[in-house]
Amino acid sequence: MLNRRNFLTAAVSVAAAGGLAACAKKDGSGSGSGGGSKALSLGFSQVGAESGWRAANTTSVKSAAKEAGINLKFSDAQQKQENQISAIRGYIAQKVDVIAFSPVVVTGWDAVLKEAKAAKIPVVLTDRSVETSDSSLYVTLVGSDFTDEGRRAARMLEKVLAKAGLKGPVKIAQLEGTTGAAPAIERGKGFKEIMDAEHKSDWKIVVSQSGDFTRAGGKQVMAAFLQSHSDINVLFAHNDDMAIGAIQSIEAAGKKPGKDILIVSVDGVHDGFVAMSQGKINGIVECNPLLGPQLMEVVKKVHDGQKVERWIKTKESDYTQDQAKAALPTRKY
Amino acid sequence: MSTNSRWRALTHHHLFWPVAVLVFLLLVNVPFTPDFFSVKMTGGHLYGSLVSIVLFGSPLILVAVGMTVVIATGGIDLSVGAVVAITGALACSYISHQADQNALSGVLLAMGLGLLAAVVCGLWNGFLVARMGIQPIIATLIIMVAGRGVAQLITNGQIITINSDPYKLIGGGYWLTLPFSIFVVAVVVAVTVALTRRTALGLLIEAVGGNAEASRLVGIRSRRIKIMVYVFCALCAAVAGLMISSNTSAADGNNAGLWIELDAILAVVIGGTSLLGGRFSIGGTVVGALVIQTLTTTIYTIGVPTQTNLVFKAAVVIVVCLLQSPKFRAKVFGAKFGARFGAKGGAKPAVAETDTAASTDAAPKMEVS
Repeated sequence: MLNRRNFLTAAVSVAAAGGLAACAKKDGSGSGSGGGSKALSLGFSQVGAESGWRAANTTSVKSAAKEAGINLKFSDAQQKQENQISAIRGYIAQKVDVIAFSPVVVTGWDAVLKEAKAAKIPVVLTDRSVETSDSSLYVTLVGSDFTDEGRRAARMLEKVLAKAGLKGPVKIAQLEGTTGAAPAIERGKGFKEIMDAEHKSDWKIVVSQSGDFTRAGGKQVMAAFLQSHSDINVLFAHNDDMAIGAIQSIEAAGKKPGKDILIVSVDGVHDGFVAMSQGKINGIVECNPLLGPQLMEVVKKVHDGQKVERWIKTKESDYTQDQAKAALPTRKY
Repeated sequence: MSTNSRWRALTHHHLFWPVAVLVFLLLVNVPFTPDFFSVKMTGGHLYGSLVSIVLFGSPLILVAVGMTVVIATGGIDLSVGAVVAITGALACSYISHQADQNALSGVLLAMGLGLLAAVVCGLWNGFLVARMGIQPIIATLIIMVAGRGVAQLITNGQIITINSDPYKLIGGGYWLTLPFSIFVVAVVVAVTVALTRRTALGLLIEAVGGNAEASRLVGIRSRRIKIMVYVFCALCAAVAGLMISSNTSAADGNNAGLWIELDAILAVVIGGTSLLGGRFSIGGTVVGALVIQTLTTTIYTIGVPTQTNLVFKAAVVIVVCLLQSPKFRAKVFGAKFGARFGAKGGAKPAVAETDTAASTDAAPKMEVS
């Protein structure tokens, strides 16, 4: 019995090894031919496909690689760190020129990044950062500054208030993102920073709850806010989807979103722009998923041994209602 | 003496504790929202906290009613959240491809497609549980995990926004000044109660839950009953899925109905139905679902900090569950409150009368002979 089991195990492992070898061979020839035409190869590990934002991000990376003539090896980690680590190990084994990835979580990357460093493959992070003991383990981060998005949202609110001519006490309701998520924490922090520094006397966050970044969440939480704080005149939503949900509740309460309650949100997804062009959102601070072209530029520079900044911030803009209609057709996600 | 016995009868009613908790939670809101109970007309429909609670609680009530019947047969259905997502995704993606999104025929067809998909999911669950003899928790786990992937496949990982007035009615519209979803819930609950309490069906379901083999031996087609309850549960989830996607006029494959299976099971438990099967209370489940929705609303209105939301919720749930335990009540309030109550976990009073205090620790099984 034992013998038989051992035999089976051996057979399976031989088969598996054979399979792996076959894979390695195929991949090897792939990168070999890539090397022949001197195309730069990039291994990219995406977090997953959890949102429309992420889907737009993936499309951007893929099309930008094609345009830049970079040989892209793409893998989807399905929101699991172990998948991402094995994908990165795969890229190291294939000897790609540069590795890029959007880390699923913040910690636990030291071992695999050290392997990449030992293989002399530079690593570029996209969208999210990691915490490592050794800062030389990655070259740069291409991504948004969420805290700055919060600050920009506060600046946007200043503009919106000036335009609406609202002078009285500003009573703000805040719809937070998923509790504990970096964008939620940092957007709230950035907004509060400006508020505490410059608007201590005239702005006040009267109520704040998590709407989980979803429409249904935003709608339900806002319905409760409107009951308990009927004097709210400003809404700051950590993303467009929650703002869109909240708009429906505001309308159900017989108020006019964008007029009775001024709305500022972050992201700039297509539906957010639709709502803004209808006058229901007053201002949107963009968080740009289309960082493909910037990433490819950085990858080329890193490969050529040029010096790059430690954190390359995504190019992002702020949009008010006047710009909404013109910008709407260009929104890809 | 007469008032005393009336009080006893009241506190020993199987809905007493769930309703007491619901009333208590509603009252907690009053200091924070002075006009909490006021309902006024706004834009041609009624508007107020109570209306919001019922409107946002409707999907949960539906899912929980379906779950109650499954649990009564001694099973459980973890796939309801995924069915919610699939139904919403199918219906919305169908409507979004229509030239005229407001066409009633297109909307009805979209809803039919969603319900059909739910029937397939229900049949699959029922087949695995009743025919293959797989543990319900494992059998339904398959669709719970895979179903959300299917929903995302249908929506392409995007949130599909639609603009259809007839579709908006079912979960976000108003009829006779009340949210339309209230009527849907009322019809589903009424039909379920009529079928299970006015016909022998309820007894058969409880018999299967009490002892599937014994019920088969006395001539009940227990397998068929089991398949039926899983299909019914999936259908309830599907209607809830239509409501949720209609409420926001969008299908979100990733988030729609996320963790609703757990809230539904909780609602069933708060309502006094035993997870061991063999007896159930639809009325209790409806109250249980309302308790959960009221709790959620309360958290938003009284300003519990976001980081402590879940702790607050957990604390309330623990208290509710302890209040439901006859042993706990006997220890804290004395034997008067504790004894006998637990035996009436729901179901028919006639059966409950025969239960003794001794049988309170384990849920009593209905005898089929």
